[in-house]
Amino acid sequence: MGVRLKVNGAIHELELAHNALLLDVLRDRLGLTGAKRSCDMQVCGTCTVLVGEEPVSSCCFLAHDAGDDEVQTIEGFAAADGFAVVGAAFAEHNAFQCGYCTPGFLMTLKPLLARGTLRSREDVQREFAGNLCRCTGYRAIVDAICEIAGIAPAPGRDAAASAPTGQQR
Amino acid sequence: MIPAGTAVGRSVVRPDLAAKLSGAAVYGADLPVAGVLHVKLLRSVVAHARIAAVDPAAALEVPGVVAVVTAADLVDLDATWGHYVRDRPIFADGVVRFAGEIVAAVAAETEEAAAAAVTTIEVEYDELPALLDVAAAAAPGAARVHDRAPRPGFACPPGTELGMDNAFYHHGLQHERVAEVDEAGAVVVQHEYIFPAVYQYAMEPHVVVASWEPDGISVHSSCQHPFLVRQELATVFGLPLERVRVRVPFVGGGFGSKSYTKMEPVAVAVARAVGRPVRLVNRVEDAMVTTRRHGMRCRMRTAVRPDGRFVSRQAWIWMDTGAYADNGPTVTMVAGMAAVGPYRWDRVDIDAACVYTHLPPSGSYRGFGAAHLQWVGESQVDEVAALLGIDRLELRLRNLLDRGETLIPGQRPLDADLAGDLREVAKRLDWGGALPAWRGRGISVGVSPAGVSARSAARVELRPDGRVMVLVGSQEIGQGARTVHAQIAAEVLGLGMERVVVLPTDTDHTPYDRSTGASRSTTVAGLAVQRASERLRTALLAAAAEHGGVPVDELTLRDGRISTGKRSWDIAELAAAGPIGADGDASELTGAGPALFWEVCVAGAEVSVDPETGLVEVPRVVTVADVGRAVNPSLVERQDEGCTLQVIGNAFFEEMRFSEDGVLLNDSLLDYRVPTLTDVPAEMICVIVENGDGPGPFGAKGCGEGVFGGLTAALVSAVTDAGVPVRELPMSPDRVWRWIQQTTSDTAPG
Repeated sequence: MGVRLKVNGAIHELELAHNALLLDVLRDRLGLTGAKRSCDMQVCGTCTVLVGEEPVSSCCFLAHDAGDDEVQTIEGFAAADGFAVVGAAFAEHNAFQCGYCTPGFLMTLKPLLARGTLRSREDVQREFAGNLCRCTGYRAIVDAICEIAGIAPAPGRDAAASAPTGQQR
Repeated sequence: MIPAGTAVGRSVVRPDLAAKLSGAAVYGADLPVAGVLHVKLLRSVVAHARIAAVDPAAALEVPGVVAVVTAADLVDLDATWGHYVRDRPIFADGVVRFAGEIVAAVAAETEEAAAAAVTTIEVEYDELPALLDVAAAAAPGAARVHDRAPRPGFACPPGTELGMDNAFYHHGLQHERVAEVDEAGAVVVQHEYIFPAVYQYAMEPHVVVASWEPDGISVHSSCQHPFLVRQELATVFGLPLERVRVRVPFVGGGFGSKSYTKMEPVAVAVARAVGRPVRLVNRVEDAMVTTRRHGMRCRMRTAVRPDGRFVSRQAWIWMDTGAYADNGPTVTMVAGMAAVGPYRWDRVDIDAACVYTHLPPSGSYRGFGAAHLQWVGESQVDEVAALLGIDRLELRLRNLLDRGETLIPGQRPLDADLAGDLREVAKRLDWGGALPAWRGRGISVGVSPAGVSARSAARVELRPDGRVMVLVGSQEIGQGARTVHAQIAAEVLGLGMERVVVLPTDTDHTPYDRSTGASRSTTVAGLAVQRASERLRTALLAAAAEHGGVPVDELTLRDGRISTGKRSWDIAELAAAGPIGADGDASELTGAGPALFWEVCVAGAEVSVDPETGLVEVPRVVTVADVGRAVNPSLVERQDEGCTLQVIGNAFFEEMRFSEDGVLLNDSLLDYRVPTLTDVPAEMICVIVENGDGPGPFGAKGCGEGVFGGLTAALVSAVTDAGVPVRELPMSPDRVWRWIQQTTSDTAPG
């Protein structure tokens, strides 16, 4: 059946099966491979994209259900004004390793930033509990997000570990 | 602390930042492949059975299906694989030996068609009794999982004895430091211990794109060891090495799950059958039955003199390697070594056995061996300390080996200051300070053999555009190998990081590297990069001397420019006529392995136990990254923190559960929980120790795995200190609660 999808500002007219998953459509039909597949059941967050400004797990979201709402992916966010701030904070805190989870974290972040929801470190810990990362140990990601959101660093964290040379003896 | 160089010793920004943040980084499943067929696998639903019949007729009727491939399509090949033991059929050949074994593959034009078709293949199983318990499988007279004598694989060390029993491989360590070991009057502790099967969960499951072409096999794979995959495929499919090409894109995490060969043989077998490129993408439920960490059972005995001097350590260890060996013998060897502990024993007597069962195969997972056994040995040290009334730290310091002492005869002597590392931990744990009830501190020390092989080579080339290309076969699996290798080349060549590019691996062009594992990328592959860069530097200076007509010793190379007095040239000018390249390798690293260096496993922790629920919280962990020289301190810290979270998962809740029939019960991330950011300890302190004592570039040695041995043991030690003795992992709330009840009833009056 014919579907009209608005993705990152562009309109796509697509013939899709009734049960086509948004993740597959983005990756296989539109070549937007920034959203990743991992757990396939809304646990890991690597496939997170926005539908009408709301984060969804696109591995379990029917493409049809996007309706008239715009779909935003990491490719769109990365090209938007203001992404440089995100890049700078993730660079500063070295907040990624294999990178597989990173687009999902960033797409979870985007609407939270827009709404000003993140006011404390605890807010970050709550809002990102649905994004898994198996590499970093999370702290650097939380530090980076806090910096982007203007949240003060955790006590003892500002100088010690994120300084260029780390703690040494 | 060692002063930073221009690039080495600095937490430079990873060159893959922009690609990974923007979604542009290409992983295996992102590769566009024209005309590709999608592969879905039919896996056995029973643990042990004879296959009476496979009927693919219905599957072949599904629109879009091109082929169903089974063992019957490979009869012209010796279609078994395995680098250590060649025991694993590509498709089950008459018998299935674990629930999850690959029985058939469907290749179809779409993933949906393949998925729909695979469920329609009819398989008739004649079920057989399954051996699911490692001790039962290892018992004398047990039925055999494999009825043929084990065949050594291409990477099996010469002289290795492989037996006919399920316990087909033993690693024994027997040595005496004194002639007459006297245990009279010694305090003895002896118990049995259990470690569960766990799952690595690299977030990107295995992906293989394979094609069978007239001139050979071409594979893109999310693998850690492409050169060993090449060798395996060449062996199985009867081709010379140069007709097998393996390329590796960005890899979404490995942790050992993508070491050696995994999904490549089946993908290639399907490509060969259909004559078109195929793509095979695992799901989590596939990945969990592809490889896992060995479950372990162990009996250990430790004897210590009343004055606190260690006498003897004995251990009998059974590692459940599942139905196929994978890297089990290596894991077993390292487990045996970890059982010893870095102490001055009069006598050591260890037997570690690698045992076949009818469970899914086990292989490498970060910190293997040390993760399994360090907590066992260290908990006995703690127990002895309590019996003798000696402080746990003090007892360790009295018995620790010094730098240069022999740990295991025939292996590299100890090459680290373990006592110094332990004191660093103690200081940050406020060791000796009072704690409220149900809180505890733990500390642990160990070492694990790392490096494994000196077989790493590199080529460094100055290109006409003025950039330097580094060709080295370490895989970028997230750890930052490409960043570190760029830093090493930049440091030696006096270049900015922006002018150094580390290329992805293509076995047709990249110099040989044995493997991305055993913490060897910085130390071993990094040394090859350093040596190649030094040769290139020499070549550039010689070329510049000729170019400018000045003696070499009057030239300096900095910031990409060669200078003499007031004249200077950009090095790009030297390469105007073509690239200038140099090769290097790590062959100077001596020793046959496995210990090219000892990875330090020292950590501490503080915990709080809730006696009502059995829930353990971890307010503080201290890890020691004794890395010799931190090429990139921030990457070192990230290794320790990432490993810390994996340890917390393994120690407190991760556990693969199997039914009574040997079927994996928790085969999804809903049922198999991994740590989220709510599990991050309030304080994670990573102490980077730089003694310049590593054999790698600039005195570096590897890191990233030691935390698994050290912190697992420290957490066990801390929970025990809080009042709950631990003999089994994970320390899940239900277990901890039961142990509390048992301890309470054991000590109740009457």
